[in-house]
Amino acid sequence: MTASPSEPRARREPYDLAVVGAGSAGLAGAVTAAELGLAVALLDTSAQTGGQFYRHPAPALGAVRPEALHHDWSAYSDLRGRLAASDVTHLAGHHVWSTVREDDGTWTVHAVTGADGTSERPALIRARALLLATGAYERQLPFPGWTLPGVVGAGGAQAMLKSGLVLPGRRIVVAGSGPLLLAVASSLAAAGAQVPAVVEAAGYLRYARSPRALLANPAKAAEALLHGTALLRHRVPVRLRSAVTEVHGTDRVEAVTVSRLDADWRPVPGTARRIACDALAVGHGLVPQIELATTLGCATRRLPDGTLGLALDDLQETSEPGLWAAGETGGVGGAGLARTEGELAARAVAARLLGRRAGDGRIAELRRRRDRMRAFADVMSAAHAPGPGWQDWLSDDTDVCRCEEVGAGRIREAVAELGARDARTVKLLTRAGMGWCQGRMCGTAVACLAARGGTAEPPAERRPFAVPVRLSTLASLDEGAADPSPGAP
Amino acid sequence: MARTPADLVGAQPDPPFEITFDGRRVTALPGQTVAAALWGAGILAWRTTRDGGRPRGAFCGIGQCYDCLATVNGEPNRRACLVPARPGDAITTQEGHGHDRLTV
Repeated sequence: MTASPSEPRARREPYDLAVVGAGSAGLAGAVTAAELGLAVALLDTSAQTGGQFYRHPAPALGAVRPEALHHDWSAYSDLRGRLAASDVTHLAGHHVWSTVREDDGTWTVHAVTGADGTSERPALIRARALLLATGAYERQLPFPGWTLPGVVGAGGAQAMLKSGLVLPGRRIVVAGSGPLLLAVASSLAAAGAQVPAVVEAAGYLRYARSPRALLANPAKAAEALLHGTALLRHRVPVRLRSAVTEVHGTDRVEAVTVSRLDADWRPVPGTARRIACDALAVGHGLVPQIELATTLGCATRRLPDGTLGLALDDLQETSEPGLWAAGETGGVGGAGLARTEGELAARAVAARLLGRRAGDGRIAELRRRRDRMRAFADVMSAAHAPGPGWQDWLSDDTDVCRCEEVGAGRIREAVAELGARDARTVKLLTRAGMGWCQGRMCGTAVACLAARGGTAEPPAERRPFAVPVRLSTLASLDEGAADPSPGAP
Repeated sequence: MARTPADLVGAQPDPPFEITFDGRRVTALPGQTVAAALWGAGILAWRTTRDGGRPRGAFCGIGQCYDCLATVNGEPNRRACLVPARPGDAITTQEGHGHDRLTV
Protein backbone atom coordinates (compact mmCIF):
# COMPACT_ATOMS: atom_id res chain seq x y z
CA MET A 1 0.00 0.00 0.00
CA THR A 2 1.00 3.63 -0.21
CA ALA A 3 2.62 5.12 2.86
CA SER A 4 0.25 5.45 5.74
CA PRO A 5 0.01 8.70 7.67
CA SER A 6 0.05 6.56 10.77
CA GLU A 7 3.42 4.81 10.44
CA PRO A 8 4.21 2.01 12.87
CA ARG A 9 2.59 3.09 16.07
CA ALA A 10 3.36 2.19 19.61
CA ARG A 11 1.53 -1.00 20.50
CA ARG A 12 -0.13 0.65 23.45
CA GLU A 13 -1.99 3.02 21.16
CA PRO A 14 -5.29 1.79 19.81
CA TYR A 15 -5.62 0.79 16.20
CA ASP A 16 -7.92 2.98 14.15
CA LEU A 17 -9.96 -0.06 13.15
CA ALA A 18 -10.21 -3.63 14.38
CA VAL A 19 -11.85 -6.02 11.91
CA VAL A 20 -13.20 -9.30 13.27
CA GLY A 21 -13.24 -11.94 10.56
CA ALA A 22 -10.92 -12.32 7.56
CA GLY A 23 -13.42 -13.64 5.03
CA SER A 24 -14.57 -11.69 2.01
CA ALA A 25 -16.17 -8.85 3.99
CA GLY A 26 -13.41 -8.50 6.59
CA LEU A 27 -10.59 -8.69 4.05
CA ALA A 28 -12.20 -6.08 1.82
CA GLY A 29 -12.81 -3.88 4.85
CA ALA A 30 -9.30 -4.25 6.22
CA VAL A 31 -7.40 -3.61 2.99
CA THR A 32 -9.66 -0.71 2.01
CA ALA A 33 -9.25 0.95 5.40
CA ALA A 34 -5.48 0.46 5.31
CA GLU A 35 -5.30 1.89 1.80
CA LEU A 36 -7.20 4.91 3.04
CA GLY A 37 -4.52 5.43 5.71
CA LEU A 38 -5.99 3.77 8.78
CA ALA A 39 -4.05 1.54 11.18
CA VAL A 40 -5.89 -1.75 11.02
CA ALA A 41 -5.86 -5.00 12.99
CA LEU A 42 -7.53 -7.98 11.28
CA LEU A 43 -8.47 -10.85 13.60
CA ASP A 44 -9.56 -14.30 12.52
CA THR A 45 -9.83 -17.72 14.12
CA SER A 46 -8.14 -19.46 11.21
CA ALA A 47 -4.44 -19.56 10.36
CA GLN A 48 -5.33 -18.42 6.86
CA THR A 49 -7.51 -15.67 5.43
CA GLY A 50 -10.48 -16.32 3.17
CA GLY A 51 -13.21 -17.21 5.65
CA GLN A 52 -15.49 -20.14 4.91
CA PHE A 53 -16.16 -19.28 1.26
CA TYR A 54 -12.48 -19.06 0.31
CA ARG A 55 -11.28 -21.70 2.73
CA HIS A 56 -8.32 -23.44 1.11
CA PRO A 57 -5.60 -25.98 1.90
CA ALA A 58 -2.71 -25.03 4.18
CA PRO A 59 0.50 -24.30 2.23
CA ALA A 60 2.05 -27.65 3.29
CA LEU A 61 -0.61 -29.46 1.26
CA GLY A 62 0.92 -27.93 -1.86
CA ALA A 63 -2.32 -27.30 -3.78
CA VAL A 64 -1.24 -26.10 -7.23
CA ARG A 65 -4.85 -25.37 -8.28
CA PRO A 66 -6.78 -24.29 -5.16
CA GLU A 67 -9.14 -22.43 -7.51
CA ALA A 68 -10.51 -25.80 -8.72
CA LEU A 69 -12.61 -25.88 -5.54
CA HIS A 70 -13.81 -22.29 -5.79
CA HIS A 71 -16.02 -19.92 -7.64
CA ASP A 72 -14.44 -16.54 -8.47
CA TRP A 73 -11.05 -17.32 -6.88
CA SER A 74 -9.51 -14.25 -8.53
CA ALA A 75 -11.57 -11.97 -6.29
CA TYR A 76 -9.93 -13.59 -3.28
CA SER A 77 -6.42 -13.64 -4.69
CA ASP A 78 -6.79 -9.91 -5.41
CA LEU A 79 -7.73 -9.23 -1.77
CA ARG A 80 -4.96 -11.48 -0.50
CA GLY A 81 -2.42 -9.63 -2.64
CA ARG A 82 -3.63 -6.27 -1.33
CA LEU A 83 -3.41 -7.57 2.25
CA ALA A 84 0.19 -8.69 1.72
CA ALA A 85 1.06 -5.28 0.30
CA SER A 86 -0.63 -3.41 3.16
CA ASP A 87 0.52 -2.82 6.72
CA VAL A 88 -2.60 -4.40 8.19
CA THR A 89 -1.71 -6.37 11.33
CA HIS A 90 -3.14 -9.81 10.58
CA LEU A 91 -3.82 -11.63 13.85
CA ALA A 92 -4.44 -15.26 12.84
CA GLY A 93 -5.65 -17.82 15.35
CA HIS A 94 -7.57 -15.19 17.33
CA HIS A 95 -11.01 -16.24 18.60
CA VAL A 96 -12.84 -13.11 19.76
CA TRP A 97 -14.99 -13.78 22.79
CA SER A 98 -16.01 -10.28 23.75
CA THR A 99 -15.99 -6.70 22.54
CA VAL A 100 -16.35 -3.94 25.09
CA ARG A 101 -16.80 -0.22 24.69
CA GLU A 102 -14.58 1.70 27.08
CA ASP A 103 -15.45 4.99 28.77
CA ASP A 104 -13.30 6.95 26.30
CA GLY A 105 -15.34 5.55 23.40
CA THR A 106 -12.68 3.14 22.14
CA TRP A 107 -13.25 -0.59 21.80
CA THR A 108 -11.48 -3.41 23.54
CA VAL A 109 -11.50 -6.71 21.70
CA HIS A 110 -10.80 -9.79 23.82
CA ALA A 111 -9.61 -12.95 22.12
CA VAL A 112 -8.29 -16.35 23.02
CA THR A 113 -5.58 -17.66 20.71
CA GLY A 114 -4.35 -20.82 19.04
CA ALA A 115 -5.85 -23.13 16.43
CA ASP A 116 -8.78 -24.01 18.70
CA GLY A 117 -8.47 -21.16 21.18
CA THR A 118 -6.82 -23.24 23.91
CA SER A 119 -3.46 -21.48 23.95
CA GLU A 120 -2.65 -20.05 27.37
CA ARG A 121 -2.00 -16.59 25.97
CA PRO A 122 -5.10 -14.40 25.58
CA ALA A 123 -5.01 -11.25 23.48
CA LEU A 124 -6.49 -7.83 24.00
CA ILE A 125 -6.69 -5.32 21.16
CA ARG A 126 -7.87 -1.74 21.38
CA ALA A 127 -9.35 0.18 18.46
CA ARG A 128 -11.24 3.39 17.75
CA ALA A 129 -13.72 1.66 15.47
CA LEU A 130 -14.86 -1.92 15.06
CA LEU A 131 -16.00 -3.81 11.98
CA LEU A 132 -17.72 -7.15 12.56
CA ALA A 133 -17.38 -9.50 9.61
CA THR A 134 -17.99 -12.74 11.46
CA GLY A 135 -19.92 -14.47 8.68
CA ALA A 136 -22.46 -17.20 9.23
CA TYR A 137 -22.83 -20.79 10.25
CA GLU A 138 -25.09 -23.47 8.87
CA ARG A 139 -28.70 -23.82 9.93
CA GLN A 140 -29.63 -27.38 10.83
CA LEU A 141 -32.98 -29.10 11.21
CA PRO A 142 -32.97 -32.47 13.00
CA PHE A 143 -34.36 -35.73 11.60
CA PRO A 144 -34.14 -39.33 12.80
CA GLY A 145 -30.55 -40.53 12.50
CA TRP A 146 -28.92 -37.13 11.98
CA THR A 147 -26.42 -37.75 14.80
CA LEU A 148 -24.95 -40.85 13.14
CA PRO A 149 -21.31 -40.58 12.08
CA GLY A 150 -21.32 -39.91 8.35
CA VAL A 151 -24.01 -37.25 8.61
CA VAL A 152 -22.17 -33.97 8.28
CA GLY A 153 -23.12 -30.39 7.57
CA ALA A 154 -23.21 -29.58 3.86
CA GLY A 155 -21.01 -26.62 4.62
CA GLY A 156 -18.94 -28.89 6.85
CA ALA A 157 -18.29 -31.37 4.06
CA GLN A 158 -17.35 -28.44 1.83
CA ALA A 159 -15.04 -26.98 4.49
CA MET A 160 -13.27 -30.27 5.15
CA LEU A 161 -12.83 -30.78 1.40
CA LYS A 162 -11.60 -27.25 0.74
CA SER A 163 -9.07 -27.21 3.58
CA GLY A 164 -8.17 -30.85 4.24
CA LEU A 165 -8.77 -32.42 0.80
CA VAL A 166 -10.88 -35.18 2.34
CA LEU A 167 -14.38 -36.59 1.89
CA PRO A 168 -16.68 -38.15 4.52
CA GLY A 169 -17.51 -41.09 2.28
CA ARG A 170 -17.55 -42.38 -1.29
CA ARG A 171 -21.27 -42.09 -1.98
CA ILE A 172 -22.65 -38.89 -0.50
CA VAL A 173 -26.26 -37.68 -0.60
CA VAL A 174 -26.54 -33.87 -0.36
CA ALA A 175 -29.75 -32.62 1.24
CA GLY A 176 -31.52 -29.74 2.95
CA SER A 177 -32.31 -26.41 1.40
CA GLY A 178 -30.54 -23.47 -0.16
CA PRO A 179 -28.21 -22.66 -3.02
CA LEU A 180 -25.18 -23.90 -1.06
CA LEU A 181 -26.34 -27.47 -1.72
CA LEU A 182 -25.69 -27.16 -5.45
CA ALA A 183 -22.20 -25.80 -4.84
CA VAL A 184 -21.42 -28.54 -2.32
CA ALA A 185 -22.71 -31.30 -4.60
CA SER A 186 -20.68 -30.10 -7.56
CA SER A 187 -17.50 -29.81 -5.43
CA LEU A 188 -17.95 -33.29 -3.96
CA ALA A 189 -18.57 -34.77 -7.40
CA ALA A 190 -15.60 -32.97 -8.92
CA ALA A 191 -13.43 -34.33 -6.08
CA GLY A 192 -14.36 -37.89 -6.92
CA ALA A 193 -17.38 -38.63 -4.73
CA GLN A 194 -20.49 -40.25 -6.13
CA VAL A 195 -23.49 -38.05 -5.40
CA PRO A 196 -26.61 -40.20 -5.85
CA ALA A 197 -28.93 -37.25 -5.24
CA VAL A 198 -29.23 -33.61 -4.27
CA VAL A 199 -32.40 -33.38 -2.19
CA GLU A 200 -33.83 -29.84 -1.93
CA ALA A 201 -36.83 -29.16 0.28
CA ALA A 202 -37.95 -26.02 -1.55
CA GLY A 203 -38.93 -25.65 -5.16
CA TYR A 204 -36.97 -23.21 -7.24
CA LEU A 205 -40.21 -21.70 -8.56
CA ARG A 206 -40.29 -19.03 -5.88
CA TYR A 207 -37.35 -17.32 -7.53
CA ALA A 208 -39.54 -16.78 -10.57
CA ARG A 209 -41.86 -14.61 -8.52
CA SER A 210 -39.17 -11.95 -8.35
CA PRO A 211 -37.96 -11.57 -11.93
CA ARG A 212 -36.62 -8.08 -11.32
CA ALA A 213 -34.11 -9.20 -8.66
CA LEU A 214 -33.04 -12.08 -10.89
CA LEU A 215 -32.50 -9.93 -13.96
CA ALA A 216 -30.52 -7.39 -11.96
CA ASN A 217 -28.11 -10.08 -10.74
CA PRO A 218 -26.88 -11.93 -13.84
CA ALA A 219 -23.72 -13.04 -12.02
CA LYS A 220 -25.78 -15.03 -9.52
CA ALA A 221 -27.79 -16.66 -12.30
CA ALA A 222 -24.56 -17.55 -14.08
CA GLU A 223 -23.17 -19.08 -10.89
CA ALA A 224 -26.28 -21.25 -10.46
CA LEU A 225 -26.06 -22.27 -14.10
CA LEU A 226 -22.43 -23.24 -13.61
CA HIS A 227 -23.27 -25.52 -10.71
CA GLY A 228 -26.23 -26.92 -12.68
CA THR A 229 -23.93 -27.73 -15.57
CA ALA A 230 -21.41 -29.39 -13.27
CA LEU A 231 -24.16 -31.52 -11.77
CA LEU A 232 -25.33 -32.55 -15.23
CA ARG A 233 -21.78 -33.49 -16.17
CA HIS A 234 -21.50 -35.69 -13.09
CA ARG A 235 -25.05 -37.01 -13.65
CA VAL A 236 -26.25 -35.86 -10.26
CA PRO A 237 -30.05 -35.86 -10.08
CA VAL A 238 -31.67 -32.98 -8.18
CA ARG A 239 -34.91 -33.80 -6.35
CA LEU A 240 -36.93 -30.71 -5.52
CA ARG A 241 -39.64 -30.54 -2.82
CA SER A 242 -38.08 -33.53 -1.08
CA ALA A 243 -36.19 -34.17 2.11
CA VAL A 244 -34.13 -36.81 3.84
CA THR A 245 -36.57 -37.85 6.56
CA GLU A 246 -34.50 -40.63 8.09
CA VAL A 247 -30.94 -41.92 8.14
CA HIS A 248 -30.28 -45.63 8.50
CA GLY A 249 -27.30 -47.37 10.08
CA THR A 250 -26.12 -48.44 13.51
CA ASP A 251 -22.72 -46.84 13.98
CA ARG A 252 -22.50 -45.05 10.66
CA VAL A 253 -24.62 -44.09 7.67
CA GLU A 254 -25.76 -46.94 5.44
CA ALA A 255 -28.73 -45.38 3.66
CA VAL A 256 -31.20 -42.51 3.80
CA THR A 257 -34.95 -42.29 3.26
CA VAL A 258 -36.02 -39.50 0.93
CA SER A 259 -39.66 -38.35 0.99
CA ARG A 260 -41.58 -35.91 -1.15
CA LEU A 261 -42.78 -32.81 0.71
CA ASP A 262 -45.94 -30.78 0.35
CA ALA A 263 -45.80 -26.98 0.15
CA ASP A 264 -45.46 -26.77 3.96
CA TRP A 265 -42.57 -29.27 3.96
CA ARG A 266 -44.81 -32.03 5.34
CA PRO A 267 -43.70 -35.48 4.11
CA VAL A 268 -46.23 -36.90 1.65
CA PRO A 269 -47.28 -40.40 2.79
CA GLY A 270 -46.30 -43.22 0.49
CA THR A 271 -43.46 -41.34 -1.22
CA ALA A 272 -40.55 -42.62 0.90
CA ARG A 273 -37.65 -44.05 -1.09
CA ARG A 274 -34.42 -45.48 0.24
CA ILE A 275 -31.09 -44.46 -1.22
CA ALA A 276 -27.94 -46.36 -0.28
CA CYS A 277 -25.02 -44.10 0.66
CA ASP A 278 -22.19 -43.93 3.18
CA ALA A 279 -22.49 -40.23 4.00
CA LEU A 280 -25.04 -37.43 4.04
CA ALA A 281 -24.15 -33.75 3.73
CA VAL A 282 -27.05 -31.68 5.03
CA GLY A 283 -27.88 -28.05 5.75
CA HIS A 284 -30.80 -25.64 5.61
CA GLY A 285 -29.24 -22.35 4.75
CA LEU A 286 -27.03 -20.12 6.87
CA VAL A 287 -27.49 -18.16 10.08
CA PRO A 288 -25.72 -14.83 10.55
CA GLN A 289 -23.14 -15.05 13.36
CA ILE A 290 -23.93 -11.94 15.36
CA GLU A 291 -23.49 -12.76 19.07
CA LEU A 292 -20.75 -10.19 19.57
CA ALA A 293 -23.12 -7.47 18.36
CA THR A 294 -26.31 -8.63 20.05
CA THR A 295 -24.43 -8.88 23.33
CA LEU A 296 -23.71 -5.16 22.93
CA GLY A 297 -27.42 -4.56 22.38
CA CYS A 298 -27.27 -3.92 18.61
CA ALA A 299 -30.62 -3.84 16.83
CA THR A 300 -31.46 -6.79 14.61
CA ARG A 301 -33.82 -7.32 11.71
CA ARG A 302 -35.86 -10.37 10.81
CA LEU A 303 -34.73 -11.79 7.47
CA PRO A 304 -37.13 -13.40 4.98
CA ASP A 305 -36.01 -16.91 5.98
CA GLY A 306 -36.75 -16.22 9.65
CA THR A 307 -33.16 -15.75 10.82
CA LEU A 308 -31.93 -12.57 12.46
CA GLY A 309 -29.36 -10.28 10.89
CA LEU A 310 -27.98 -7.01 12.19
CA ALA A 311 -29.98 -3.89 11.38
CA LEU A 312 -27.57 -1.60 9.55
CA ASP A 313 -27.77 1.94 8.27
CA ASP A 314 -27.04 2.95 4.71
CA LEU A 315 -23.29 2.97 5.42
CA GLN A 316 -23.16 -0.39 7.28
CA GLU A 317 -23.13 1.02 10.81
CA THR A 318 -25.02 -0.88 13.48
CA SER A 319 -27.31 0.81 16.00
CA GLU A 320 -24.21 1.16 18.22
CA PRO A 321 -22.22 4.16 17.00
CA GLY A 322 -18.67 3.19 16.09
CA LEU A 323 -19.58 -0.43 15.40
CA TRP A 324 -19.93 -1.42 11.76
CA ALA A 325 -20.83 -4.78 10.22
CA ALA A 326 -20.50 -6.26 6.74
CA GLY A 327 -21.24 -9.46 4.86
CA GLU A 328 -23.42 -12.26 6.24
CA THR A 329 -23.84 -10.54 9.62
CA GLY A 330 -26.43 -8.26 7.98
CA GLY A 331 -28.14 -11.16 6.18
CA VAL A 332 -26.72 -13.97 4.12
CA GLY A 333 -25.91 -12.81 0.60
CA GLY A 334 -22.67 -14.37 -0.57
CA ALA A 335 -19.07 -13.36 -1.16
CA GLY A 336 -19.68 -10.65 -3.75
CA LEU A 337 -22.06 -8.78 -1.51
CA ALA A 338 -19.69 -9.27 1.44
CA ARG A 339 -16.80 -7.67 -0.46
CA THR A 340 -18.97 -4.73 -1.44
CA GLU A 341 -20.18 -4.18 2.09
CA GLY A 342 -16.71 -4.59 3.57
CA GLU A 343 -15.34 -1.87 1.31
CA LEU A 344 -18.34 0.36 1.95
CA ALA A 345 -17.99 -0.01 5.71
CA ALA A 346 -14.27 0.73 5.57
CA ARG A 347 -14.91 3.91 3.59
CA ALA A 348 -17.54 4.98 6.09
CA VAL A 349 -15.18 4.29 9.01
CA ALA A 350 -12.37 6.24 7.33
CA ALA A 351 -14.68 9.19 6.68
CA ARG A 352 -15.76 9.20 10.34
CA LEU A 353 -12.27 8.90 11.80
CA LEU A 354 -10.63 11.32 9.36
CA GLY A 355 -13.46 13.84 9.72
CA ARG A 356 -14.52 13.75 6.09
CA ARG A 357 -17.93 13.48 4.51
CA ALA A 358 -18.75 10.00 3.30
CA GLY A 359 -20.35 10.79 0.00
CA ASP A 360 -17.99 10.33 -2.93
CA GLY A 361 -18.85 8.59 -6.17
CA ARG A 362 -17.31 5.29 -5.12
CA ILE A 363 -19.54 5.14 -2.05
CA ALA A 364 -22.62 5.82 -4.15
CA GLU A 365 -21.60 3.04 -6.53
CA LEU A 366 -21.00 0.59 -3.67
CA ARG A 367 -24.38 1.42 -2.16
CA ARG A 368 -26.15 0.77 -5.47
CA ARG A 369 -24.33 -2.52 -5.90
CA ARG A 370 -25.12 -3.56 -2.34
CA ASP A 371 -28.81 -2.73 -2.68
CA ARG A 372 -29.05 -4.73 -5.90
CA MET A 373 -27.37 -7.79 -4.37
CA ARG A 374 -29.34 -7.48 -1.12
CA ALA A 375 -32.58 -7.61 -3.12
CA PHE A 376 -31.46 -10.91 -4.63
CA ALA A 377 -30.39 -12.24 -1.24
CA ASP A 378 -33.87 -11.54 0.11
CA VAL A 379 -35.48 -13.47 -2.75
CA MET A 380 -33.15 -16.38 -2.11
CA SER A 381 -33.78 -16.28 1.61
CA ALA A 382 -37.57 -16.31 1.14
CA ALA A 383 -37.41 -19.18 -1.35
CA HIS A 384 -35.64 -21.47 1.12
CA ALA A 385 -37.44 -20.53 4.35
CA PRO A 386 -38.32 -23.79 6.12
CA GLY A 387 -41.99 -24.75 6.06
CA PRO A 388 -43.57 -25.65 9.42
CA GLY A 389 -44.23 -29.24 8.31
CA TRP A 390 -40.59 -30.30 8.79
CA GLN A 391 -41.47 -31.13 12.40
CA ASP A 392 -43.53 -34.08 11.12
CA TRP A 393 -40.36 -36.00 10.29
CA LEU A 394 -39.19 -35.96 13.93
CA SER A 395 -39.77 -38.98 16.12
CA ASP A 396 -39.86 -38.49 19.88
CA ASP A 397 -36.46 -40.11 20.29
CA THR A 398 -34.76 -37.96 17.64
CA ASP A 399 -32.06 -35.94 19.38
CA VAL A 400 -32.81 -32.28 18.71
CA CYS A 401 -29.97 -30.91 20.86
CA ARG A 402 -26.86 -32.81 19.81
CA CYS A 403 -24.71 -31.59 22.70
CA GLU A 404 -27.05 -32.38 25.57
CA GLU A 405 -28.79 -35.32 23.83
CA VAL A 406 -32.28 -33.91 24.30
CA GLY A 407 -34.91 -35.73 22.24
CA ALA A 408 -37.86 -34.15 20.46
CA GLY A 409 -40.21 -35.94 22.87
CA ARG A 410 -38.79 -34.12 25.88
CA ILE A 411 -39.06 -30.78 24.14
CA ARG A 412 -42.65 -31.49 23.09
CA GLU A 413 -43.41 -32.43 26.67
CA ALA A 414 -41.92 -29.16 27.92
CA VAL A 415 -44.15 -27.29 25.49
CA ALA A 416 -47.38 -29.31 25.72
CA GLU A 417 -47.37 -30.22 29.40
CA LEU A 418 -45.00 -27.86 31.20
CA GLY A 419 -46.13 -24.70 29.47
CA ALA A 420 -42.93 -23.60 27.73
CA ARG A 421 -43.68 -21.03 25.04
CA ASP A 422 -40.21 -20.07 23.88
CA ALA A 423 -36.76 -21.52 23.31
CA ARG A 424 -35.40 -20.06 26.54
CA THR A 425 -37.98 -21.77 28.72
CA VAL A 426 -37.48 -25.04 26.84
CA LYS A 427 -33.76 -24.71 27.51
CA LEU A 428 -34.30 -24.18 31.23
CA LEU A 429 -36.62 -27.19 31.42
CA THR A 430 -34.71 -29.64 29.22
CA ARG A 431 -31.12 -28.34 28.77
CA ALA A 432 -31.71 -28.16 24.98
CA GLY A 433 -29.30 -25.49 23.71
CA MET A 434 -27.25 -25.43 26.89
CA GLY A 435 -24.26 -27.43 25.66
CA TRP A 436 -20.92 -26.70 24.04
CA CYS A 437 -22.33 -25.18 20.84
CA GLN A 438 -24.63 -22.85 22.78
CA GLY A 439 -27.66 -23.72 20.71
CA ARG A 440 -26.09 -22.95 17.35
CA MET A 441 -27.04 -26.38 15.97
CA CYS A 442 -30.47 -26.82 17.61
CA GLY A 443 -31.60 -23.20 18.03
CA THR A 444 -33.91 -23.11 15.01
CA ALA A 445 -35.47 -26.47 15.82
CA VAL A 446 -36.06 -25.70 19.48
CA ALA A 447 -37.59 -22.31 18.67
CA CYS A 448 -39.92 -23.91 16.08
CA LEU A 449 -41.01 -26.65 18.48
CA ALA A 450 -41.62 -24.10 21.22
CA ALA A 451 -43.74 -22.05 18.81
CA ARG A 452 -46.07 -25.07 18.44
CA GLY A 453 -46.12 -25.44 14.70
CA GLY A 454 -45.43 -21.84 13.81
CA THR A 455 -42.02 -21.12 12.37
CA ALA A 456 -39.67 -19.28 14.64
CA GLU A 457 -36.03 -18.54 15.17
CA PRO A 458 -34.29 -18.04 18.48
CA PRO A 459 -34.36 -14.41 19.62
CA ALA A 460 -31.21 -12.33 19.81
CA GLU A 461 -29.27 -13.33 22.89
CA ARG A 462 -26.86 -11.48 25.09
CA ARG A 463 -24.01 -13.89 25.50
CA PRO A 464 -21.05 -12.72 27.56
CA PHE A 465 -18.79 -15.34 25.96
CA ALA A 466 -19.01 -15.82 22.22
CA VAL A 467 -16.59 -18.77 22.48
CA PRO A 468 -15.55 -20.93 25.45
CA VAL A 469 -12.97 -19.17 27.63
CA ARG A 470 -10.89 -20.78 30.35
CA LEU A 471 -11.11 -19.49 33.88
CA SER A 472 -7.35 -18.93 33.82
CA THR A 473 -7.87 -16.55 30.90
CA LEU A 474 -10.43 -14.56 32.84
CA ALA A 475 -8.15 -14.54 35.87
CA SER A 476 -5.35 -13.07 33.77
CA LEU A 477 -7.49 -10.17 32.53
CA ASP A 478 -6.24 -7.80 35.21
CA GLU A 479 -2.69 -8.19 33.98
CA GLY A 480 -3.97 -7.79 30.42
CA ALA A 481 -5.59 -4.47 31.23
CA ALA A 482 -2.28 -3.19 32.53
CA ASP A 483 -0.53 -4.18 29.33
CA PRO A 484 -2.90 -3.96 26.40
CA SER A 485 -0.47 -5.23 23.81
CA PRO A 486 -1.91 -7.22 20.96
CA GLY A 487 -0.74 -10.80 20.91
CA ALA A 488 1.47 -11.50 17.94
CA PRO A 489 0.02 -14.06 15.55
CA MET B 1 -11.68 -36.37 -14.51
CA ALA B 2 -10.20 -36.04 -11.04
CA ARG B 3 -10.61 -39.09 -8.84
CA THR B 4 -9.54 -37.60 -5.52
CA PRO B 5 -9.62 -34.15 -3.92
CA ALA B 6 -5.82 -34.08 -4.10
CA ASP B 7 -5.92 -34.72 -7.87
CA LEU B 8 -8.50 -31.99 -8.29
CA VAL B 9 -6.28 -29.26 -6.83
CA GLY B 10 -3.01 -30.76 -8.06
CA ALA B 11 -1.75 -31.24 -4.51
CA GLN B 12 1.97 -31.83 -4.08
CA PRO B 13 2.09 -32.13 -0.31
CA ASP B 14 5.13 -32.24 1.92
CA PRO B 15 6.01 -35.80 3.05
CA PRO B 16 3.25 -37.55 5.03
CA PHE B 17 3.70 -38.55 8.67
CA GLU B 18 2.04 -40.84 11.18
CA ILE B 19 -0.32 -40.19 14.04
CA THR B 20 -2.22 -42.80 16.02
CA PHE B 21 -5.92 -43.19 16.69
CA ASP B 22 -6.63 -45.43 19.69
CA GLY B 23 -3.25 -47.02 19.04
CA ARG B 24 -3.86 -47.63 15.34
CA ARG B 25 -1.49 -45.97 12.88
CA VAL B 26 -2.98 -43.29 10.65
CA THR B 27 -1.18 -41.44 7.88
CA ALA B 28 -1.63 -37.67 7.91
CA LEU B 29 -0.55 -34.99 5.48
CA PRO B 30 1.11 -31.85 6.74
CA GLY B 31 -1.45 -29.05 6.78
CA GLN B 32 -4.36 -31.34 7.61
CA THR B 33 -6.34 -31.03 10.80
CA VAL B 34 -6.73 -34.02 13.08
CA ALA B 35 -10.28 -34.47 11.75
CA ALA B 36 -9.12 -34.36 8.12
CA ALA B 37 -6.41 -36.94 8.81
CA LEU B 38 -8.97 -39.24 10.46
CA TRP B 39 -11.48 -38.79 7.61
CA GLY B 40 -8.64 -39.57 5.21
CA ALA B 41 -8.29 -42.93 6.97
CA GLY B 42 -12.04 -43.57 6.80
CA ILE B 43 -12.54 -42.82 10.52
CA LEU B 44 -15.69 -40.77 11.15
CA ALA B 45 -16.17 -41.07 14.95
CA TRP B 46 -13.76 -40.27 17.78
CA ARG B 47 -15.99 -39.33 20.67
CA THR B 48 -18.80 -41.01 22.59
CA THR B 49 -21.56 -38.93 24.14
CA ARG B 50 -21.96 -38.43 27.88
CA ASP B 51 -25.47 -39.86 28.23
CA GLY B 52 -26.03 -42.34 25.43
CA GLY B 53 -22.42 -43.30 24.77
CA ARG B 54 -23.13 -42.73 21.09
CA PRO B 55 -20.33 -42.23 18.55
CA ARG B 56 -19.72 -38.75 17.13
CA GLY B 57 -17.18 -37.04 14.90
CA ALA B 58 -16.91 -33.90 12.80
CA PHE B 59 -20.26 -32.38 11.88
CA CYS B 60 -20.04 -28.64 11.11
CA GLY B 61 -16.38 -28.80 10.07
CA ILE B 62 -15.76 -25.16 11.04
CA GLY B 63 -15.41 -25.20 14.82
CA GLN B 64 -18.99 -24.26 15.68
CA CYS B 65 -20.69 -27.48 16.79
CA TYR B 66 -18.09 -29.04 19.13
CA ASP B 67 -19.19 -32.51 18.06
CA CYS B 68 -15.65 -33.34 16.94
CA LEU B 69 -14.09 -33.06 20.41
CA ALA B 70 -11.20 -35.49 20.76
CA THR B 71 -8.53 -36.29 23.28
CA VAL B 72 -5.24 -35.20 21.71
CA ASN B 73 -2.04 -36.31 23.48
CA GLY B 74 -4.01 -36.80 26.67
CA GLU B 75 -5.79 -33.45 26.57
CA PRO B 76 -9.57 -33.79 26.16
CA ASN B 77 -12.04 -31.40 24.46
CA ARG B 78 -9.84 -30.39 21.55
CA ARG B 79 -11.82 -29.51 18.42
CA ALA B 80 -10.38 -31.97 15.91
CA CYS B 81 -11.65 -29.94 12.95
CA LEU B 82 -9.45 -27.00 14.01
CA VAL B 83 -6.37 -28.59 15.59
CA PRO B 84 -3.57 -29.31 13.08
CA ALA B 85 -2.23 -32.85 13.07
CA ARG B 86 1.41 -33.07 14.16
CA PRO B 87 3.82 -35.98 13.71
CA GLY B 88 3.39 -38.53 16.49
CA ASP B 89 0.09 -37.15 17.80
CA ALA B 90 -1.82 -39.71 19.85
CA ILE B 91 -5.55 -39.24 19.28
CA THR B 92 -7.84 -41.20 21.56
CA THR B 93 -11.60 -41.55 21.59
CA GLN B 94 -12.99 -39.08 24.08
CA GLU B 95 -15.55 -40.70 26.34
CA GLY B 96 -18.17 -38.29 27.64
CA HIS B 97 -16.66 -35.07 28.93
CA GLY B 98 -13.20 -36.57 28.78
CA HIS B 99 -12.31 -35.90 32.38
CA ASP B 100 -13.10 -39.31 33.87
CA ARG B 101 -9.45 -39.83 34.58
CA LEU B 102 -9.58 -36.90 37.01
CA THR B 103 -12.19 -38.50 39.24
CA VAL B 104 -10.71 -40.64 41.98
